[in-house]
Amino acid sequence: MNAALKQALSPARCPSGGLRVSIEGEPCVLRCSGALWVLNHCTLIAADLHLEKGSAFAARGQMLPPYDSRATLDRLEAEIDALQPATVILLGDSFHDSKSVGRMAPDDAARLHRLAAGRDWIWLEGNHDIRALADAMDALPGQVIETLSLGSLRLIHEPQPGVQPGEVAGHLHPAARVAAHGRGVRRPAFVTDGRRAVLPAFGAFTGGLDVRDPAIAGLFEHPPLAAALGRDKVHALPWETLR
Amino acid sequence: MIAAAQAGSHALLVAPTGGGKTLAGFLPSLIELAERAPKPETGPGAGVHTLYLSPLKALTTDVERNLMTPIREIGLNIHVESRTGDTKQSKRQRQRDFPPDILLTTPEQLALFCAWDGARSYFADLKCVVLDEVHAIWSGKRGDLLSLGLGRLQKYAPEMRRVALSATVDDPQMIADWLAPSPNAPLPSPLEGEGGPEGRMRGLPAPRSSPESQPEDTAPSSELLRNPPSPSGGEGSDVPAASTVTIVRGDPGAPPVVDVLVSEGKVPWAGHTGQHAIPEVYDALRRSGMTLIFVNTRWQAEFVFQQLWAINDENLPIGLHHGSLAAEQRRKVEAAMARGDLRAVVCTSTLDLGIDWGDVDLVIQLAAPKGASRLVQRIGRANHRLDEPSRALMVPASRFEMLECQAAREAVAENAFDWEPVHTGTLDTLAQHVMGCACSEPFLMEDLYAEITGCGPYRGLTYDQFEEVVDLVATGGYALRTYERFARIVRDAKGRWKVRNAQTAQRHRMNVGAIVAAATLNVRIASRRGQRLMGGRKVGEAEESYFEQMTPGDTFVFAGQVWAFQAIAGMDALVTHAQHSDPKIPSWGGSKFPMSTSLADRVRAMVQDRDHWRVLPPDVQEWLELQEAKSVIPQADTMLVETFPRGSRHFLVAYPFEGGLAHATLCMLLTRRLDRLGVGPLGFVVTDYSLAIWSIRPMDGLDLDRLFEPDMLGDDLETWLEESFMMKRTFRNCALISGLIEKRQPGNEKTGRQVTFSTDLIYDVLRRHQPDHLLLKTARADAAAGLLDVARLGQLLARIQGHIQHVHLDRPSPFCVPVLVQIGRERVGGGQAAEMILDASAYGFDEEDLIAEVMSDAPPELAGAQ
Repeated sequence: MNAALKQALSPARCPSGGLRVSIEGEPCVLRCSGALWVLNHCTLIAADLHLEKGSAFAARGQMLPPYDSRATLDRLEAEIDALQPATVILLGDSFHDSKSVGRMAPDDAARLHRLAAGRDWIWLEGNHDIRALADAMDALPGQVIETLSLGSLRLIHEPQPGVQPGEVAGHLHPAARVAAHGRGVRRPAFVTDGRRAVLPAFGAFTGGLDVRDPAIAGLFEHPPLAAALGRDKVHALPWETLR
Repeated sequence: MIAAAQAGSHALLVAPTGGGKTLAGFLPSLIELAERAPKPETGPGAGVHTLYLSPLKALTTDVERNLMTPIREIGLNIHVESRTGDTKQSKRQRQRDFPPDILLTTPEQLALFCAWDGARSYFADLKCVVLDEVHAIWSGKRGDLLSLGLGRLQKYAPEMRRVALSATVDDPQMIADWLAPSPNAPLPSPLEGEGGPEGRMRGLPAPRSSPESQPEDTAPSSELLRNPPSPSGGEGSDVPAASTVTIVRGDPGAPPVVDVLVSEGKVPWAGHTGQHAIPEVYDALRRSGMTLIFVNTRWQAEFVFQQLWAINDENLPIGLHHGSLAAEQRRKVEAAMARGDLRAVVCTSTLDLGIDWGDVDLVIQLAAPKGASRLVQRIGRANHRLDEPSRALMVPASRFEMLECQAAREAVAENAFDWEPVHTGTLDTLAQHVMGCACSEPFLMEDLYAEITGCGPYRGLTYDQFEEVVDLVATGGYALRTYERFARIVRDAKGRWKVRNAQTAQRHRMNVGAIVAAATLNVRIASRRGQRLMGGRKVGEAEESYFEQMTPGDTFVFAGQVWAFQAIAGMDALVTHAQHSDPKIPSWGGSKFPMSTSLADRVRAMVQDRDHWRVLPPDVQEWLELQEAKSVIPQADTMLVETFPRGSRHFLVAYPFEGGLAHATLCMLLTRRLDRLGVGPLGFVVTDYSLAIWSIRPMDGLDLDRLFEPDMLGDDLETWLEESFMMKRTFRNCALISGLIEKRQPGNEKTGRQVTFSTDLIYDVLRRHQPDHLLLKTARADAAAGLLDVARLGQLLARIQGHIQHVHLDRPSPFCVPVLVQIGRERVGGGQAAEMILDASAYGFDEEDLIAEVMSDAPPELAGAQ
């Protein structure tokens, strides 16, 4: 890792398997789940849940399993249980389409309310769910916000072009691939240079975009760090090892 | 055949290729059509008289040509047309409006017809259906789809006769049972043990449809059929025609002359291309008339084609025919062959089946035949005159293949055909058919159930299973019932199921078929424009998975040349000409057909029998002796295991000689155990003779008896199946066939490098939340039967218990060379190795690591993102 990147990130391993880094001076943990933990604000951030993606396909005639929302909420609940955040921020595209909230199974909707109880719950607007959030806030806990500042961080769904110090965004579903021994391994990944960060998608039915795609790589002036989600550990991958 | 037809009986004609089978199948129809009254333009009697179904598109074209010749020469007024996926829309429409007398098509097209609302009236006049090359199709998913389609047709046209044409097989009665339209013998139910055995519909009578359910009757042209000439004592003419199949056996013909080509007295150590023998192959075809050169994969076909042209000093017209060539190109080659314009054609299994070129003089089988039945079939391509022997030449590509060729030759001489297992109908295919039925016309559960259980492979289907399939079609079959309002099929007021709307039916028709093709990439020559690589001329197509193992710069052989892989861009794999002649990644092209069990038995016996070695070429005998000197010859009831290091990996090679399928399953289970033992297995590869596993850490210190303990077939098999990428692949096929997910739509392709939403994610979520889902059960059954050969593996493990002979070597042995250069490697999914690779690639963040890194820091790298 080059000195500039190392100085900006000051990376360290957490006992949980996560990676502790600094983003624009704000201490954060890149969690194995793909969520971001902002230590000083006791805040959990997860991007691109795409809840009800299965039923969105079903509504168009492809009967994908209706269990993706509960699989995603299982993982979110595990993070909330482990960290007890004061605030949970969902970084946009939390729902797959405008009618998602109405399609949610009652159990899943009830679980959202239970998870949100006793803490601040914030939905950031994304391109997929801006209508869903506008239409269905009566049925959902928490509040809807377009962008948000948190310490030195600026939270927004879609990364903005140019230099954006402190920006934490989702939208792009980054995934990184390395190869060794004649075999490739591809995983969802955080991408960060210590100034801004893009989170991997948290949802169960979400694919990935290669981190070297210009849409992601182009956000960074110098090669950033790709932090890939392992089974029980976040792996900090040097840019030049990516395939 | 004519006697069976006149008796109105269904018939199965079993004859070697070259016996004029196809024409025999059509003869009764031609007689009837020649004698009929003038045909009306439209309305009753104007429909299709005979439907011909072949597993290959190429066959329909060929049969059309071969039928038209006599029809034209005799001057018959019989209208013959073919219809495949390549047929133009305008022609399809014309065929619908003005049905030909004889329609030649494929099982997929039949499935499409079955999903069409005009199907019932279109086929109302159908008198006969002819299934060609039925041995090649009956026991798979396409066979299931075909059988279900026949059940439909029989309902539209109750008097329809079924005629099937088969090459010589081990047990024709199995095919006859499959063909028969009503229960001949009970079969075990699919997914035995699942679903409550309520069996309320079990006692149902044979599904001969009741007369009142049929539309109009008595078309003028059916008069002849109603008063057939008196039966002339043909076999089985006294049995009711409805449910029995008359088996007609053709003349076996003269025994073939089969030789093995040993190039300059030498057989190469390893390989599968037969490159060494190309000059002699060329010489053989130079001295013969029209020659067919069979290879086992299209990669190999491309390669051999290039090699032959490289030395084609006499400019002999040599053609190429395989499945990934464009349709027009295949047509051209077929037409040129028919005209006798070609001297040789390099081909794959696309020409395995009965295309009748009377003037094929010689058949060359380049590389191992994999089964006696397949070999006989291919040999039969040569010289379609029964009284003269067919000439064939086998060219072994490696030393194990030499053993296999010798074994196959002995099997052919003894008339020993390959044995086939019983087949039970698959439920994903049934789901597709049920959806098709609902697109065609509304159905009542009971009626359709009766129709389906009259189809050979589905005789054992319980009503519960059927309901489960209908539920899958309607809403995906989920326990969480949230999709009712999106149902693809719905019940009308009379309780009949029908498709939700026209768009849903249209989408179903776009996804019909039981063949799931692997995702392929175009291989293109890359040119550099500034910093960017651009795709240039297309070299060919290759499976996406092939490139997964490559990193930019890796070299490989494709189409006879060495290339360097550069990048994947969209649907293109970009490559450049490589400087080295020595490719890093071995060329793709191992056989896709597993060696038949009977042939594998023969090879094992030959290796162990020193006296038998004498029939082999001297260098193969030397090779066996060298193996004995450097390692060990596997003896009866022992299994040899060799371990050695190579490069950055450690290898374990075993020689069970039990066939590729059983070996692959064994490898998958072994790698699970090895993963637990912490050696970091990375991948494996199998041949029909041996298997190799490689890992990050050495394996020579392991307790091999424990490693190979048969208890791996218990929990290990179950757990492994659940997590395996093979299951994911099988699940993907089942999900596509059943219609749960749709095939990629044209113009919408995505590759692994772009945003993907893979069926693996669906599989993982479904497995966790509804492990008893119908498609998971189907995928499991498919995997155990088709991909795993679990039964054979069980016998193998029992046989070798306590009889493992381990040799640790410091270098590869003579025997292991073939498996080490074998292609078709499988990587170990998930597991510790993936984490090890991530770990090895990643920065360390322990204190010492950090210090070391700080001390050795280089100036910032500028390469990369921009």
